[in-house]
Amino acid sequence: MPPAASAHYRIERKTPASYAAAGAACVLVAVLAAIPGFAGRNVVEELIFVYYMLALAQCWNLLAGYAGLVSIGQQAFVGLGGYLLFALTIIAGLDPLVAILLCGLIAAAFALPTALVVFRLRGAYFAIGTWVVAEVYRLGFAQFKRLGGGTGTSLGPEITNQVFGIEWIKSLFDVRTPAARDIISYWVALALAAATLVLVYLILRSRRGLALGAIRDSEDAAESVGVDYFRVKLGIYVITAVATGMIGALIYLQNARISPDAAFSVLNWTAYVIFIVVIGGIGTIEGPIVGTLVFYLMQRYLASFGAWYLIVLGALAIAVMLFAPKGLWGYAAGRYGLALFPIRRRLLVKNQD
Amino acid sequence: MNVWADALIQGILLGGLYALFAAGLSLIFGIMRLVNLAHGDLIVLAAFVILTIAAWLGLDPFAAALAALPIMFMAGFALQHLLLNRTLGRDLLPPLLVTFGLSIIIENGLLELFSADSQRLRAGSIETASVSLGGGVAVGVIPLLTLASAIGVVLALNLVFYRTSLGRAFRATADDLEIAQLMGIDFSRIFSVAMGLAFIVVTIAALYLGMRANFDPTIGPERLLYAFEAVIVGGLGSFWGTLCGGIIIGVAQTIGAQLDPEWQILAGHLAFLVVLVLRPRGLFPRATD
Repeated sequence: MPPAASAHYRIERKTPASYAAAGAACVLVAVLAAIPGFAGRNVVEELIFVYYMLALAQCWNLLAGYAGLVSIGQQAFVGLGGYLLFALTIIAGLDPLVAILLCGLIAAAFALPTALVVFRLRGAYFAIGTWVVAEVYRLGFAQFKRLGGGTGTSLGPEITNQVFGIEWIKSLFDVRTPAARDIISYWVALALAAATLVLVYLILRSRRGLALGAIRDSEDAAESVGVDYFRVKLGIYVITAVATGMIGALIYLQNARISPDAAFSVLNWTAYVIFIVVIGGIGTIEGPIVGTLVFYLMQRYLASFGAWYLIVLGALAIAVMLFAPKGLWGYAAGRYGLALFPIRRRLLVKNQD
Repeated sequence: MNVWADALIQGILLGGLYALFAAGLSLIFGIMRLVNLAHGDLIVLAAFVILTIAAWLGLDPFAAALAALPIMFMAGFALQHLLLNRTLGRDLLPPLLVTFGLSIIIENGLLELFSADSQRLRAGSIETASVSLGGGVAVGVIPLLTLASAIGVVLALNLVFYRTSLGRAFRATADDLEIAQLMGIDFSRIFSVAMGLAFIVVTIAALYLGMRANFDPTIGPERLLYAFEAVIVGGLGSFWGTLCGGIIIGVAQTIGAQLDPEWQILAGHLAFLVVLVLRPRGLFPRATD
């Protein structure tokens, strides 16, 4: 093959579908941001739930699907964010919105030493190790008597009603204080979900994203071409901890009540998230979006069945893992060649004949 | 000083229970590198099986557990054969997620069948019987039996591993799956037998779990964590190491509880993390992975 053959190759990343998706996504975010203007309070509250589950799912997908760090302990950072929000507002007297930003920073400070401990374990052992650490966080925060100890505590209205901008929202939408609080939470949740999505996309498009793909395929081979996989994995772990901590802070600002068992619940903040990602399609950006929609519908129509609902959810995740390991999106994308978020570089070879 | 000696002895005995939790996990990991996230829930499931048999046939827990052994062996064999063998391979996710899903299914299935009420395996007068060790320290017969059973299980597993042809097949598949296959070992059958064996250990662990304290369907995951900590602290691949790991976690918990009752569980977890930082391969490592 002569060198001139390079003319026959083209690297393709973006596709017409992905351009359309980018345009549609911008319009969608604008429409979603306007929803509190015409939708009822229960719609706003349900969408807040959808947004933070989507954001958590994107974080877990980045960790497990791309960096190979299968964590069962992300509830550590949700609970940490929640407790930090309560500490920063109740004890330090900060505005909740400022506190949410700070929660992200402090979560990073917790994530670094945590990583140095759990990174001593690999693969499946890492998974259970993160779970143990989450339990240590739970039992540790249960010792803080100032934040209610084992039974937890509530955010008083003097804090939740003083969120920055609440008076402006009240006059803009002509609503009462509780509805105005929901609208602020709604925008913060939408912003966090969109920011997480953009962050994951940018990471995957960057050099680091290529390094992640290389690590996932073979750690040894990646190292031989100069990828420092410890640093890459550490970076991803800390970044997802920051995002997860901020999401946790938002969740508990919205709840206004926290307890160690709920804040560090493996079922609520990790099991559901894992099921979302697996059912939607692990290792794709679109998968968690599809998974969140499926999960929302199941939660809405089946949650009243209690234990049976969880049995169905567990069985569905097992079935997907066995028969369609790439999830719903992976199956559809493989079949129809879809890619809404262009992170893959595809080699197109022109026909020589 | 007496309370500390007492805490130490109670911790060693509690460690026997954790070693029983851990032995099954250690066995499965050693042979097929499978980390079973449903292990804790399987122990709770076995306790409910014993409870049901005892209630139906009017047996005491020991006889009921004996009757449960063949059932549980077959259940383990079937689980591995029908489900878990399909998940094994180079990819880390399928076995983790399938056993995680299984854990949720077992816990909620038990909640649906038996409700969230606390249960206990009633064994009559032996429950309160104790033996005096002199110096004002007395130990319960059941905790003593637990530790003795843990030692018995470790001895039996070592015997199977190093003195039988089944054990040779276990070690061969653990060392090199492909070569073992070339030598004519049917690894899917070997794995299924191994899971059956692990279920027998799980049933023995469940017997003592149910006699020592109350249990309900939701306590599984915490037992998984204790078992996991014992395996890691002891070092992968050594059953005696697992026994020591269990005892270390048990002693850390009772010493912690002696300082402040709220610190019991936390102290066990912290002991695990300290060992992980200082000796990441555990105290008595044998396997390399």
